[in-house]
Amino acid sequence: MSFLSISNLSKDYAQHCVVNDISFSIEQGEFISLLGPSGCGKSTTLNMIAGLEVPSRGQIHLGQNDITHLPPGKRGLSMVFQSYALFPHLSVKENILFGLKARRVDKQEQLKRLKHAIELVGLEEHINKKPSQLSGGQCQRVALARSIASQAPLCLMDEPLSNLDTKLRNEMRNELRHLQKSLGLTVVYVTHDQIEAMSMADKIILLNQGKVEQQGSPESFYQTPESTFVARFIGHPPMNLITSHEHIIGVRPEHIEVQNVGHKAKIKNSDYQGAATVINVDIIDGPFHGSKNIQLSLMGKHQLTEGSDLTINWSEQEQHLFSKSTGKRIAGI
Amino acid sequence: MFKTYKAQAWLLLAPALILLVAFTYLPIGNTIWRSVFGFGVQMGNQASPENYARLLDDPVFWQVLKNSALYALITVPASIFFALSMALWVNGKIAGTGFMRLSFFTPTMLPMISVANIWLLFYSSEIGLFNAVLGWFGVSGVNWLGNPDTALYSLMTMTIWKEAGFFMIFYLAALQTISPDLYKAAKTENASSLYIFRRITFPLLMPTTLFVFVNALLNSFKLIDHLFILTKGGPNNATNLLLYYIYENSFSFFDTAYASALTVILLLILIVMALIQFGVIERRVHY
Repeated sequence: MSFLSISNLSKDYAQHCVVNDISFSIEQGEFISLLGPSGCGKSTTLNMIAGLEVPSRGQIHLGQNDITHLPPGKRGLSMVFQSYALFPHLSVKENILFGLKARRVDKQEQLKRLKHAIELVGLEEHINKKPSQLSGGQCQRVALARSIASQAPLCLMDEPLSNLDTKLRNEMRNELRHLQKSLGLTVVYVTHDQIEAMSMADKIILLNQGKVEQQGSPESFYQTPESTFVARFIGHPPMNLITSHEHIIGVRPEHIEVQNVGHKAKIKNSDYQGAATVINVDIIDGPFHGSKNIQLSLMGKHQLTEGSDLTINWSEQEQHLFSKSTGKRIAGI
Repeated sequence: MFKTYKAQAWLLLAPALILLVAFTYLPIGNTIWRSVFGFGVQMGNQASPENYARLLDDPVFWQVLKNSALYALITVPASIFFALSMALWVNGKIAGTGFMRLSFFTPTMLPMISVANIWLLFYSSEIGLFNAVLGWFGVSGVNWLGNPDTALYSLMTMTIWKEAGFFMIFYLAALQTISPDLYKAAKTENASSLYIFRRITFPLLMPTTLFVFVNALLNSFKLIDHLFILTKGGPNNATNLLLYYIYENSFSFFDTAYASALTVILLLILIVMALIQFGVIERRVHY
């Protein structure tokens, strides 16, 4: 039996189904990411695991226990929020001790855990400050320390890095992953950012309109997207989808090359991004004639005139096929 | 350069300064001057502490001071307590909160004079509502406003009823600014409702509580409209409050000099309380 298992979980709001029959399971020590566009139901799913929302149908098991109807405080989990959810009138120390005091943990034990947690996140000298005196990154570290100090077997994170700037987000990503591994935390991490999910998670669960679109390792999302939705969601720039008369053909921009033979295309614009140049073309000849806005990504800087022609091609192995009617992947062609 | 800036500064200050001087500082100065030089409605030319000496020997003054203190001591905490309780109640996600909010707020929209008239019908001994209700249970009625033992408390009850709804609005506004994430975080940490209130809600409401406290205290000294309708300070000065006593002295007894001395005392009390509030309490409030 898995550590955390979600079976057939659903949530309706006034006849509208926000989460529709979701099932997945997590092993102890795993870092899993609930990924999806906004409104896909990922936060609702997390809130149901936390006990902050009541599921309409389905069960949640943690270890051997059915926790579907337990109050949040009795489930044995901690939570980190996008807004940090630090108590503004309490010092860093009191914020971390809040839960331990509420749970009436032994005084000695409280201080031991406080010291351990504060050292892990490196905020020893800020222990008596109020949250308003800290930066966003430091605030999120305090929230993390609060979650660590609770020693809950499961940690839920709701877009914890989304309020931070890009540089800090990259640093925190590494730090978070490092902490998770060294402490052996089991984490359910909600995000809309594919980079966070791809770089941190052991397993990704991609949600779309309240349903699981695909679940598996980060590599599987990149290498074998199960549907056109996944294909368009993962990768930057997203996968090109070209409709032929039988199927939808998917090719990633980084797999398209400029060659002597292939499909003739007209350049619409090019976008220099430092390491690579992203070129936007319309195919004007051959079997895919009429396919517009095909993106290709070339390493380095390329000076290309808008409106000029070039020939693009890609290898058959890099090609993904999807059904025209269902959008699902067609395997083995 | 400097000269022009100075002129501009004075010009910018002028509107506020003129209003403050004309309607606050000059009257205060005049009051103090009159309390020292005045003699009935006349003005003497010799400074004398006579008006203040009279205060100390005036049993009514001490009675009035005691009434005012008791009035503030009970109505202020009670108003705050009910305001907060009602706000917590209607802030919840139960059906009909809109109606409840309106009901709690209604007393605030009525003028004090009308409220006093309504409550006069509740309190009056012969036709009053309260005595009628007591009558159903076979309890003989009380002369609420006529009995020196109950009159002041009857006034307090009405004041609390009138004030609490108004202060509820401030608490309600403050409650809605508290992020729901804080409550979610507290709940996942297994905090009970009482613990959450004690350690999160109440401390975060402290700025509002201070504001409400200051206003309730000021109101307890300055809102005396209901005395004109209900008791006129009687019976036997049992409900006479400081400001009403000042009014009586200056406009009924035409002893403006003595009224001025009383006003100076009221002013001193208010200044001392303001200093305590903003000096001591504010330091313990988190903003």
